[in-house]
Amino acid sequence: MPTTLQQRTIHTHVLSNQMVLVGEPTDSVQSAAFTLLIPSGSSTDSVDRQGLSSMLCDMVLRGAGARDSRALINDLEVLGVERGESVGVSQTSFSAASLADNLAEALTIYADIVRRPQLSASQLEFARQVCVQELRSVEDEPAQKLMNFLRQRSYPEPWGRSSCGTQQGISECALSDIQQQWSAHYRPNGTILGVAGNFEWSQLVEHVESLFGDWPTSSEQSSLQYKEEDVPVHHSHDSNQCHLGIGFPTVPYRHEDYLQAWAAVGVLSSGMSSRLFTEVRERRGLCYTVTASLQTQLDRARVFCYAGTSSERAQETLDVTYAELIRLGEGIEQQELDRLQAQIKSGLIMQQESTSARSGSLARDWYHLGRTRTLDEVGRLVDGLSSDSINQFLANNPPGNFTFATLGPQPLEQPIEV
Amino acid sequence: MKFNSHQLDNGLEIVAECNPSAYSIGLGVFVRTGSRDETAEVSGVSHFLEHMVFKGTPRRSADDVNREFDEIGAHYNAFTSEESTVYYAAALPEYQKACIDLLTDIMRPSLREEDFSMEKKVILEEIQMYADQPPFGMDDRLKELHYGDHPLAYSVLGTLQSVGDLEVEKMHHYFQSRYSPSNLFVAAAGCVDFDDLVAQVSSCCGHWEAKSVDRLLAPARSKVSQATAFPTPVHCVHRPTATQQYLLQLADAPSSEDDNRYAAKLFATMLGDDSGSRIYWELVDPGRVESASLGHYEYLAAGMYYTWVGCDPEMAADNFAQLTQLQQQAEATGFTQEELIQAKNKVKARVVLGSERPRNRLFNVGGNWMQRHEYRTVRDDLAAIDAVSLDDIHAVLAQYPLTNCTTLTIGPLEDLGT
Repeated sequence: MPTTLQQRTIHTHVLSNQMVLVGEPTDSVQSAAFTLLIPSGSSTDSVDRQGLSSMLCDMVLRGAGARDSRALINDLEVLGVERGESVGVSQTSFSAASLADNLAEALTIYADIVRRPQLSASQLEFARQVCVQELRSVEDEPAQKLMNFLRQRSYPEPWGRSSCGTQQGISECALSDIQQQWSAHYRPNGTILGVAGNFEWSQLVEHVESLFGDWPTSSEQSSLQYKEEDVPVHHSHDSNQCHLGIGFPTVPYRHEDYLQAWAAVGVLSSGMSSRLFTEVRERRGLCYTVTASLQTQLDRARVFCYAGTSSERAQETLDVTYAELIRLGEGIEQQELDRLQAQIKSGLIMQQESTSARSGSLARDWYHLGRTRTLDEVGRLVDGLSSDSINQFLANNPPGNFTFATLGPQPLEQPIEV
Repeated sequence: MKFNSHQLDNGLEIVAECNPSAYSIGLGVFVRTGSRDETAEVSGVSHFLEHMVFKGTPRRSADDVNREFDEIGAHYNAFTSEESTVYYAAALPEYQKACIDLLTDIMRPSLREEDFSMEKKVILEEIQMYADQPPFGMDDRLKELHYGDHPLAYSVLGTLQSVGDLEVEKMHHYFQSRYSPSNLFVAAAGCVDFDDLVAQVSSCCGHWEAKSVDRLLAPARSKVSQATAFPTPVHCVHRPTATQQYLLQLADAPSSEDDNRYAAKLFATMLGDDSGSRIYWELVDPGRVESASLGHYEYLAAGMYYTWVGCDPEMAADNFAQLTQLQQQAEATGFTQEELIQAKNKVKARVVLGSERPRNRLFNVGGNWMQRHEYRTVRDDLAAIDAVSLDDIHAVLAQYPLTNCTTLTIGPLEDLGT
């Protein structure tokens, strides 16, 4: 009998200050995990303080509430909390997973982190150094560096910014900037908390109300600042390999055609029988890594392709990859969709095994859709895909309006769009 | 949760941790072969062979292998280390049969000349990709410096020269000598039907010819003798185009047969985990480095402590001095009970959180069988961690001093000035 998705209920609770709590309890695991999305991202950094959200993210973990920097990290570790934090273009994400018994205590500490960070002057230079080191390390990672350039070239400011910011921006951040960014963007309105795992929903609601219920709403500022910068197509880099990237616009997560677009990218790059892997690597041996993925923001999205190959074969790699993007516009085959549906279905079922993955999905679904979706619902949407519907989408939205970026010893000739 | 094992007449073993309430299965073929089983002439052949295994069999083309794995929605891959080659797939339980059919069939690959030539290009790209990223191939160099001509020092990837020169006949010969039923086993975890598994593996692999396989696993020890005056020399590799300076260290540690491996892991966690450790507080938290960590890696008849630091070259000499001081201090005065409790809680939480996915349990079950021919439950591992005392830690430190290490640095500096 085929494995089916377990029926799990997703609960939602909106606090009076507009903070949103979404939870999916299950007793089939011992763990619990949460993802806390805070509306402070690199797009909210002022033009001359790029990297501010990253620096603030580092600062809030350097002491909060009654705990100093050391007590904070140590207490989380004694609770066995596996944590992670990342800054994106629109949000800062704090994630944590632990044995279910420690969920409440971990949440209590995170309430301090986002609501009562010490933002101490004595920690400022340490945080700055951490951010500077991170920026420098990207210089030694050619693939990551290339994709940063490609994003910058693809999106209008401020949506293509790298979360690491700039050397200049980081060096200019004063404690007052950090405090200001925190008071403007660490706020309940726009904050989403996703929780998955072994917990009791009513108890969670009560606990979250006690931790966040009196967090005052603050007004949303939409003072996004733009400064278009001319990012060149080629970046000279002393490396064996040439790294190349191609981007093109597609529809974002909340668009009604998103699933069609996502499936089309899956045909390109999901699994080892996908088109890019087959044509670029398996048939021609041009490279070790070739990928394409759909990256979505709230109101815009792009497909980004990457390949890394030795310089003498870089032009052929670019040409073959590009030809596959053009061929995608001509449509996909039913067998390709069948394989993709099998992969997506097993991916959904296996997502149930990870409370961390579920908590992230719950929070991000709310951010993009303003509602949640059970895995069961997603499964039905995937079942509803047809090669006709995808081909209709591709006929109306063939890959085009490409953006290129290369990094390596020498520039390449860009394919010309017909 | 129930452990089952079975051995076929030709020596092939089947081991499984069966958990009927899991959503998925993890299946793997574990082969007792890796770079330490190679000679210099065929350096890289184990890893190259791992790629070639996916290139088809008498009844499947390379495209068939990729397509069929994708058709059942499996998440599959393989990896090669110094002493093992592992092929694995995570899939839904209803595809157990299809998955085993694929995994066992590809263990008898055709190794066709044209596929070999094509895949050689991919491997050469992979080697160049790693040569462009930190630590720029220096992990292999460090092993050479530490172990001399011991096979454990051989590169897993091989070199452009050794892989470029490799002939398909040599690979055939290596395959024949290593992929005998007595030198590999099938492991499984999750919602596995064990009776079905045994029946199918027996029918697919029962006719494989039993051949004895020699394996010389000489204990590997540092070339740096105990008598060498402290401090041990620092090997400097000048790479002017790098932005950051990287520091790598290797020291002897408890092997996979040694019960002290748990104490070694807790020691590495207290001194050098990437969060909350002494190295973290001294080097990472104040932003003196981009990253710094210490890990314990276990092999048969050998163990390694591997230290990694990436930082601004200007701070490299100071950081190195600080690192050495932390190591000396640990050896001289040991650790506190609080540090041990924190490390235990952290490591135990990782064990439990990781165990929720069958694919993770697969590597645990397979790894234990590979290294010690034993099955260990999650509870066994937790109990072993709990049982470690400060005295155990200090005894391991005395037996395997971290200061008796090989050090290599690569980056813009011509020397560390030490």
